Amino acid sequence: MSQSASVGECPHIPITVEFTGGLELLFGNVRKHKISVPSRMSDGSPTNISYLLPYLVDNLMQDQRKEMFIMEDNVRPGILVLINDADWELEGEEKYELQPGDNIVFVSTLHGG
Amino acid sequence: MAPTACFNCKEARAVIIRPKNRHKLCRACFLQVFETEVHETIIGTNLFYPGERVAIGASGGKDSTVLAAVLKTLNERYNYGLDLCLLSIDEGIRGYRDDSLETVKRNAVQYDMPLEILGYGELYGWTMDQVVAQIGKKGNCTYCGVFRRQALDRGAAKLGIKHVVTGHNADDVAETVMMNLLRADLPRLSRGTSIVTASGASDIKRSKPLKYAYEKEIVLYAHHRQLDYFSTECIYSPEAFRGSARTLIKDLEKIRPSSILDIVKSGEDMAALVPSDGSQHSTQCSSAAAAAEDDVGGCGSQNGRTSGGEMAAMEKELAQNESAESRETEIRLPNRGQSSLGYQSKSVKKQTLGHCERCGYISSQRICKACTLLDGLNRNRPKTAIEVSVSAEDEETSSTLMRQMERTQLTNS
Repeated sequence: MSQSASVGECPHIPITVEFTGGLELLFGNVRKHKISVPSRMSDGSPTNISYLLPYLVDNLMQDQRKEMFIMEDNVRPGILVLINDADWELEGEEKYELQPGDNIVFVSTLHGG
Repeated sequence: MAPTACFNCKEARAVIIRPKNRHKLCRACFLQVFETEVHETIIGTNLFYPGERVAIGASGGKDSTVLAAVLKTLNERYNYGLDLCLLSIDEGIRGYRDDSLETVKRNAVQYDMPLEILGYGELYGWTMDQVVAQIGKKGNCTYCGVFRRQALDRGAAKLGIKHVVTGHNADDVAETVMMNLLRADLPRLSRGTSIVTASGASDIKRSKPLKYAYEKEIVLYAHHRQLDYFSTECIYSPEAFRGSARTLIKDLEKIRPSSILDIVKSGEDMAALVPSDGSQHSTQCSSAAAAAEDDVGGCGSQNGRTSGGEMAAMEKELAQNESAESRETEIRLPNRGQSSLGYQSKSVKKQTLGHCERCGYISSQRICKACTLLDGLNRNRPKTAIEVSVSAEDEETSSTLMRQMERTQLTNS
């Protein structure tokens, strides 16, 4: 915890987010993004994947077609999510709480070759 | 969450949940199980014989890249004795195929396989860019599909190879089953489910060794083996109808992952019920577009932007263009009563194979499908465009095609 953080601000945690399988096309054709996100969400609980999703849309996504990534507030069916290389279903899906240094990979199975 | 141990080895950390049975596996066990299942499919269907030369239809995409990697691995592990090579088709879509062909070239080096690239431009005198410039973005998938199907056959013939494998996966097959179910086209449904399809238009065998592999697992296999593949959306709109079927499949998978293989199995069972008398079906069922669509499953992306109507209109037009005997039924019907996994051995081809009057290519029609489409294109082609694309000579494009075929046959013999 940073001492210098002012009231109302919270420390950030660094994570790596990767988009592959064609998904990178929605994110400026960049596969790997090193970002840092607030460690706490607005309600004070630790930041999880459901916070991360709209964050990525608002901050990283360049394509206008949001529905290519997010549908009904969740990852579009056909897009795989890997948390440190493991299927996110093994990690609690959108409830997984982000840890510093996490590697979150989104892989599209929807794009053709 | 505490790490889950692998279902298989009980030691390493599980990183995968298999869609078909929800087993949690570690990376090494997953790769092993995936490969073993493809091996079982190959053995269970007598797909190959020792010494067989096999061309892998390679697009640089995930499916064909995984297919190449797995076949290479299995060929070495189980001594299939296969002579494998990569066969790529350059549709001539700038900015789309350019990158994927680069991937295929790298794959050829990585897998130590010879690579043959055949272009629509050289084969047909028309690149897809030119086709789209001529007919617009709607309905062009039909052209691409018909051309690609023949192109793969011609490429194989050029290499003297009689067997082409493609990367169609369980999701593709399920998608095709759904599509054909929704438009009441059992003959095409039947054709789409069988692991081996003989093209009505050639003597080249085609098969899909990954037909029981989930797209999800194919992507994960590529990820965990860090395979080099390329993915993008085709810049020309894919069919809307297939797109909808695809979305439906993915939604079903989300709710009940086993759905995909269940649809494949249902498709196989339905296929076994398709009467073997082809004359019971309307000509519509076996129109030229059938061949096209059998083949385009892997190239579309999920979000079609055209309306489905153009596709139907195109099919109709194609059906009309064909003569009455064009109930060609390039359907290989499985024998009744065989198990769904059993090899659908040598079923009888319905139509008599002749040669296209125009290009000499093996065809059950007087004029082959590609030439029929080319006719339409060439009729409307501006003179200038002809001069640009058909080298220096002032000849019709179909002559170009004829010359290509002559060369192909020469190389072949």
